[in-house]
Amino acid sequence: MRTQPLSPPATTELPGRPRAGLGRMALAVVAALLYLVAVPLLLADRPYFLNVLTNASILSFASLGVWVTFTIGRINIAQGAFAMIGGYVTAILSTRYGLPFWLCLPFSAVVAALVGIAIGLPILRLRGVYFAMITLSLTEAVRLAFLNGGDLTKGATGIVNIPQPAGIQTPVAFYLLAACLLILGLLAVRRLATSRIGWVFRSLRQNEDLAASFGVDVARYRVVAFAFSCAMGGIAGSFFAVFHQNIYPASYSVQDSINFMLYCFLGGLDHVLGPVVGAFLLVIAFELLGELQQYQALLYGILMIVVMLFLPNGILSLELGRGDRR
Amino acid sequence: MSLLRVQDLTKRFGGLVAVNDVSFDVEAGEILSIIGPNGAGKSTLFKLIASFLKPTAGRVLLEGEEISGLKPHIVARKGVVRTFQETTVFKEMTALENVVVAHHLRLKAGLLGVYFASPRARADEASFRASASEILDYLGLGHVKHERARNLPHGYLRALGIAVAMAAEPRVLLLDEPFAGMNPEEKDRAVRMVRGIRDRGITVLLVEHDMPSVMRISDRIVVISFGTKIAEGTPEAVRNDPAVIEAYLGAEDETLGH
Repeated sequence: MRTQPLSPPATTELPGRPRAGLGRMALAVVAALLYLVAVPLLLADRPYFLNVLTNASILSFASLGVWVTFTIGRINIAQGAFAMIGGYVTAILSTRYGLPFWLCLPFSAVVAALVGIAIGLPILRLRGVYFAMITLSLTEAVRLAFLNGGDLTKGATGIVNIPQPAGIQTPVAFYLLAACLLILGLLAVRRLATSRIGWVFRSLRQNEDLAASFGVDVARYRVVAFAFSCAMGGIAGSFFAVFHQNIYPASYSVQDSINFMLYCFLGGLDHVLGPVVGAFLLVIAFELLGELQQYQALLYGILMIVVMLFLPNGILSLELGRGDRR
Repeated sequence: MSLLRVQDLTKRFGGLVAVNDVSFDVEAGEILSIIGPNGAGKSTLFKLIASFLKPTAGRVLLEGEEISGLKPHIVARKGVVRTFQETTVFKEMTALENVVVAHHLRLKAGLLGVYFASPRARADEASFRASASEILDYLGLGHVKHERARNLPHGYLRALGIAVAMAAEPRVLLLDEPFAGMNPEEKDRAVRMVRGIRDRGITVLLVEHDMPSVMRISDRIVVISFGTKIAEGTPEAVRNDPAVIEAYLGAEDETLGH
């Protein structure tokens, strides 16, 4: 009866099954330790490079959120807006009410997630380019909202002199905080992707009607994915607010939202490491090639076209081979 | 009381009346087929019953409770589960993964429990895997359960679609053209499979083109033409009904299974 060649058994894991591959786990632990210990030791007296890596870590963190919305089949170009929301929540709470950063951080995540739920409920019915377009305009709408926020957001002058977190003042300390956030974010997203929730997300990407036919509350799961993504955007924004000690309506533009999405595309949508690989490659490359920064938008545009044409499944598809993991 | 009651169901798309005042009952444990010429409104009727469309007028009752107008996933929760035409499965998942995911309604753990892999969530998944394997074995897909769905031949995909629906433990299974595009040998197998599902206590309602298979398998048949019910009864009665013969006028005799 077999009319087509059958590939060897797929390697993806199933819900509820203990994860295979102790080797990969060990590799991940070693990589995390290197990033947490070896890198700061090596770069201790080179704060510029530490700052570049700090940036890359938190940009990866925000892109991980975008990656989650990709798993339900939505192109999310709103992450800049939610980073901005998280940033302003932290800025306002810490400068006006003197709240410590460690409280501002979770608050920022929660506020961003709640805004994400409120906005997501209506707009997540849209798909494809329509959803992408509306999220793109959302970035601009949120920027305008903060620009016209009166005394609360201080308009174009923004909020400055945001206090640094207790005990985190040096580049090394910020680097370590960012690295820890990135590792926690990776674990949280991986957990999500390998749990039943992740399986339901992927089923939505493939066919929402089929998922509804066996009882999945499609609207609810879509919003869960979007809120998770927004919370990660909020955390990233909160971090950048205290890292730069300021926030302006111009801190996040449509370009930033597009970049978050581009990191996912470049690294690959099929693996949770995709956005991290994409973000680190692009951020570091552009820091090293300082001269090119004025052409960043152009080069990103070209890169995006090239990636979509020749590597539609991202850089990580090279290593995994045959595109079989998709 | 009938298990499922279709009452004065009407669906208009603009000026077009796709389904016009159709009523019939589905008894528990029977196989009931809806047939009709092309464009008769069978598919619309099917979607109305599964609540993938909202009726313009009329209603669908499950054990006396109105289910029309509810969201599809709520209707599925109540036990009315549909399949899709052709090869609608999750192509990027293996056969087993398709059916494991489809056990969603049986999930006892909450969302947080699932996220943090609580003992209950683990127990859920373990039982889903066992149950999914059993369903696949039963439908003759046991030997390909670790194959990615997109690598499976068409005939297998239809069965996999039914396996996905079975995972939701339906009381009423709605099959959308389960025999379309099959060769005689595949049809034989599919007919046996559908009978087997009924013998498990599941009521089957199917929409189908393929007349000989319908005549073989159905306990009762509802005939639709131009959105209106023109006949209802046993295969024997429907086959000899003048209105049905009229509706299929021009068709070969054998189309009606003579």
